[in-house]
Amino acid sequence: MSDLFMQALTFIRSFGILGEIFIALLKIVVVFSVTLLHVAYATYWERKVIAHMQFRLGPREVGPYGLFQPFADGIKLFFKEDIIPANADKPIFYLSPVIFFISALTSLSVLPFFDGFVVADINVGILFLLAMSSLGAYGIVMSGWSSGSKYAFLGGLRSASQVISYETPMGLSLVGVMIMAGSLNLTDIVKGQFAYPTGAYVIPQFIGFFVFMVAMFAETNRLPFDLPEAESELVAGYFTEYSGFRFAMFFLGEYTGMLIMSSIGTICFLGGWTLPKFVMDALPFLYQVPAIFWVVVFLAKVYAFMFFYYWIRATLPRYRYDQLMAIGWKVLIPIALFNIVLTGTLKIMGWL
Amino acid sequence: MQELDDTDKTFETKELTISLGPQHPATHGVLRLVLHLNGETVVKCTPYVGYLHRGVEKLGENRTYFAALPLSDRLDYISSMNNNVGYVNAVEKLFGIEAPARAKFIRTIVAEMGRLSSHIIWLGTHVLDIGATTPFLHAMAAREKILDLFEILCGARLTVSYPRVGGVRNDISQQFLDELYDFVLDFPSKMDDYETLVTENRIWKDRTVDIGVISREEAINWGLTGGTLRGSGVDYDVRKYAPYDAYDQVEFDVPVGKKGDCYDRYLVRVEEMRQANRIIKQCVEKLPAGAVMADAPKFTLPPKDMILKDMEHLIHQFILITKGPSVAEGEVYVGTEVPKGELGFYFVSDGTGKPYRMRVRAPSFVHASVMPRLCEGGLIADVIANIGTIDIVLGECDR
Repeated sequence: MSDLFMQALTFIRSFGILGEIFIALLKIVVVFSVTLLHVAYATYWERKVIAHMQFRLGPREVGPYGLFQPFADGIKLFFKEDIIPANADKPIFYLSPVIFFISALTSLSVLPFFDGFVVADINVGILFLLAMSSLGAYGIVMSGWSSGSKYAFLGGLRSASQVISYETPMGLSLVGVMIMAGSLNLTDIVKGQFAYPTGAYVIPQFIGFFVFMVAMFAETNRLPFDLPEAESELVAGYFTEYSGFRFAMFFLGEYTGMLIMSSIGTICFLGGWTLPKFVMDALPFLYQVPAIFWVVVFLAKVYAFMFFYYWIRATLPRYRYDQLMAIGWKVLIPIALFNIVLTGTLKIMGWL
Repeated sequence: MQELDDTDKTFETKELTISLGPQHPATHGVLRLVLHLNGETVVKCTPYVGYLHRGVEKLGENRTYFAALPLSDRLDYISSMNNNVGYVNAVEKLFGIEAPARAKFIRTIVAEMGRLSSHIIWLGTHVLDIGATTPFLHAMAAREKILDLFEILCGARLTVSYPRVGGVRNDISQQFLDELYDFVLDFPSKMDDYETLVTENRIWKDRTVDIGVISREEAINWGLTGGTLRGSGVDYDVRKYAPYDAYDQVEFDVPVGKKGDCYDRYLVRVEEMRQANRIIKQCVEKLPAGAVMADAPKFTLPPKDMILKDMEHLIHQFILITKGPSVAEGEVYVGTEVPKGELGFYFVSDGTGKPYRMRVRAPSFVHASVMPRLCEGGLIADVIANIGTIDIVLGECDR
């Protein structure tokens, strides 16, 4: 099987640049479709997890155990009437969900799901991810602005300041990881962790991990930081006026964002698809297992993050806007800066 | 200096006016608040009520005293039992009759059950507004049990109309008592569960401590009652100061707050739930035997089985239903402690079977009027916290 795959790969590569383009396209299609499937089932899983935390059953009517519910939802959204408010700024109104969605999907291109399986293995992977998640904020701000609704407008404004405020601590929290790995390439970061004595950067970088976890919730507009779409205050926030497939794009973008943040956390702090080297040495047969196992390891870690998202959503109330800002600027950024200084000092001393 | 003023002016932002409601997820019905915002800060807040006005007071004037009872269900539809109890107490005072001891205890039980179910809704929606979804669903499970008990009691779950002028509609069954007692014994542990999620939660405290502070004097001057008043430290509870039904025969504490902020009001109501549970437990244990309707044929409807068998009773029933009882001229006001505050019924009788004037003192209406005082100067998120904390139901507010 594997031989056949390698032969096919060699055959395609023999076409030169055209072959490379074909392989890249193939990877994009695989990543795109697999991610969207995961996004669909992330919603299903969220509903199930939260339902069981709240004495409910969650979806169970469509298909066995309600497993086809995401498709039913998707079909429903697809056929909904596309309502555009009369006083909306139409071109921007059309454009903003696309920007939001595309910026979320583009981030997928640099994520290594497995050793070598990455659409674009660029050497500034982390920076690219941060840039793309900032770009998503444009979609939110534009949608809030163009909707012609005051609730959406307030949601958009909130989101703009929130994303800017939390982008900084998130970037800073990852600097510690960059210092330790000595690289911005995500594959190198994972490989660095494999070789590292503790197996994952979460132990030496626990301060960075904490800051990252908090910023992660704010970046993806999830509870306790879901102020841009605070239901009880702003109805639905920036996407109040959207319906049908445009709404679905925001929805998908948000869940893709969660998936990406979870992947970044997995790659930068939990060792990506690897298990720590001391585990591997203790259980040598793990060197022989097929590659699919490591993809499962990666997904298990990502879904642990996703579970944490759901757990928090079912547990905590929402922060107020000024409190959110205070946490970002007065707590997280100083902590993250301290972590950078600490990590840098220890690195120079040679203790890391 | 002049130059500095000018630069200040150019940075001034435009005031944003938003209409919060009447269709809004957090306004607990159809309350409409027009908010003038400077950024996220509320500069001015104007509540508009009346979207649910049905003319309950006027309708009451066109019905006999018996027939107007179901109207009181529709005031605060979350705690209809308490409204019924308030209504029948006022009418009984006007008639000059008194319910038998057993009926008084039963009314106390069902009124406290109504208080529990209403406070559960308050707790659930208040924390839901602040963003926590789980306590809402956990609490609703307990409320479901109370509604089931109401269903055993009288067949209805929400608009119960169970108490009657001069007593209650029917005696309670052993099954009801057993299930109620099980519920009462179990409830404190459920309360602990809800409180675990909320009371000491850091975010919850950040969102409620020092929000919507109203001092003792101001709270009295605004006419607040119920938990909203007691949160400011005023020890006023109608059940203690003008006991009706069996409240003078049970022991309970009236919790009061200190600062008068959202958190104190939260603590007061949570403690009230525990006290309500305590009252129910005592009432079930002390429940006396006897009749459940007063022996006052001129003012109470005859028993149904007698109507079907006996001509005199049938005539009696017909007269009471069509003409209403003969009431002495006069006026009466009776206030009762409902979950939202002090619900008062004021009747002016002109000697006929229908009230000349029926006036309802609705705590929600008074509490809605204090919204500007609580919200101005705060943030939008505080407006939501304040709507939750004053615990209003618009059915009662608009009447």
